Amino acid sequence: MSHLSAFQIFLLLTIVKIAVVLVITLTAVAYTVLLERKVLGRMQNRWGPSRVGPFGLLQPLADGIKLFLKEDLMPFAVERPLFVAAPVIALTCALISISMVPFGQETIYQGVDLFQIANINVGLLVILGITSIGVYGIALSGWSSNNKYSLFGSLRSTAQVISYELALGLSLVGVVLRAGSLSLRDIVNSQSAHGLISWNVFGGLQIVGFFIYLMAAYAETNRSPFDLPEAESELVAGYHTEYSSMKFAMFFMAEYANMITVACVATLLFFGGAGSPFGHTFDHLFATGLIHAVLPVVWFVAKVFAFLLLYIWVRATLPRFRYDQLMGFGWKFLLPVAMVNILATALVLAYRH
Amino acid sequence: MQIVLFTIFGLLAVAAALNMLLQRHPINSALSLVVVMMSLAVLYWSLGAEFLAAAQVIVYAGAIMVLFIFVVMLLNAGEETRTRGSRIAAIAGFPGGAAIFCLLTFVFLKYRTQLGTTQISGMLAGTDSNLTRIAHSLFTTLLLPFEVTSILILIAILGAVVLARKEL
Repeated sequence: MSHLSAFQIFLLLTIVKIAVVLVITLTAVAYTVLLERKVLGRMQNRWGPSRVGPFGLLQPLADGIKLFLKEDLMPFAVERPLFVAAPVIALTCALISISMVPFGQETIYQGVDLFQIANINVGLLVILGITSIGVYGIALSGWSSNNKYSLFGSLRSTAQVISYELALGLSLVGVVLRAGSLSLRDIVNSQSAHGLISWNVFGGLQIVGFFIYLMAAYAETNRSPFDLPEAESELVAGYHTEYSSMKFAMFFMAEYANMITVACVATLLFFGGAGSPFGHTFDHLFATGLIHAVLPVVWFVAKVFAFLLLYIWVRATLPRFRYDQLMGFGWKFLLPVAMVNILATALVLAYRH
Repeated sequence: MQIVLFTIFGLLAVAAALNMLLQRHPINSALSLVVVMMSLAVLYWSLGAEFLAAAQVIVYAGAIMVLFIFVVMLLNAGEETRTRGSRIAAIAGFPGGAAIFCLLTFVFLKYRTQLGTTQISGMLAGTDSNLTRIAHSLFTTLLLPFEVTSILILIAILGAVVLARKEL
């Protein structure tokens, strides 16, 4: 590749990285849906999808074909441009934030980090910002549908996401204080010293912050037990009542992509990212070669997978909150506890200095 | 790279601002304002102020404008009616705007040497962070204004709570 300039190599490798990550994320989204249906089925003492392919493994393909081929209804009274734009905004925002995530150990090839699309020094803030832009997708879909149920769903969702964003942001401050940086790569590196015991959730004593983050993240992604925006017993289907075919599929994919993003962020911030739980104990066994580069990615995927299973488990277990309980819980419990957590972390860090 | 970003997002900001004024439905105007905020964030970023850009997106585009849209949706505001506007605005508007533009341009060009320049190559690559510098100046030289501002905001919140209560 000697005849290419440094910028051309950078551009080429970045485009390849984006394509690979996009394909893997979308496949992961499809198979998370299948995972959820299978695991939920087992937890409710039934089989789940089992007809298409071996163990129902081709079910996402069948679902995709079904959604593509369905009639794309455009209701009469919708605000047309916004009605079309809303699912695009939701899916785009859900997919952009995955680009900040470092999937493996820093592996520089021709000046380009292979396991991270963009290493930005305020990466965490960018993820939070993109999450907060994602609200527009839901808010606009409800309003432009010109439907009472949709509007109620999107109003609920907007209020919920704004409220829980505060607790979410504050729960991460403890981690940022410990790492002294907002770059996700630095935060991961700050937890890599001794494996399991130097992860933020254990050794960093950020377990309170972790649980606040977990609950706020469930609310941010509109997942059970905070799935009031699409409470089917009250609101038909919430904000996507009027959507059909691929537009509905985009909302559906956005929800699961958000789940994956949130699981990635939890892994990076509290569970050491791509670091091994054994620290550097076994590093001498495979110090070089392919396995050295691939093993951290395996750890990362395993941790994200565990978070996704936790999501599904919670959905199968807990009933839905009532709306005033939801708001009270966010403002009167999570927010003060997050602030106390920041104060305690700051005091401990100041004492140690 | 920087000049390309500036051209694209500067034009986008101006176009969205014009669209905000010309749109008749409040929700379209509010969305145009969101586009303006995002374009400004990109401009800040290209100037090397990445923290300011992220804060702009989180605070303005992500929180304040969502509340605007929330209120518009809740009140279900209809299309605004066209009026002729005030005569004073029609007479004084364009000359006044042109005068302010000329004044700002004059000041910037005259004191250009004292404004200084930034090197953005290192900042965008993540080697140098202006976050620590902002925090340092906020908590040392600008401590008093910072604390006074926070107390002001606290008073505003309490005032809003008192005003919004049904029974006093």
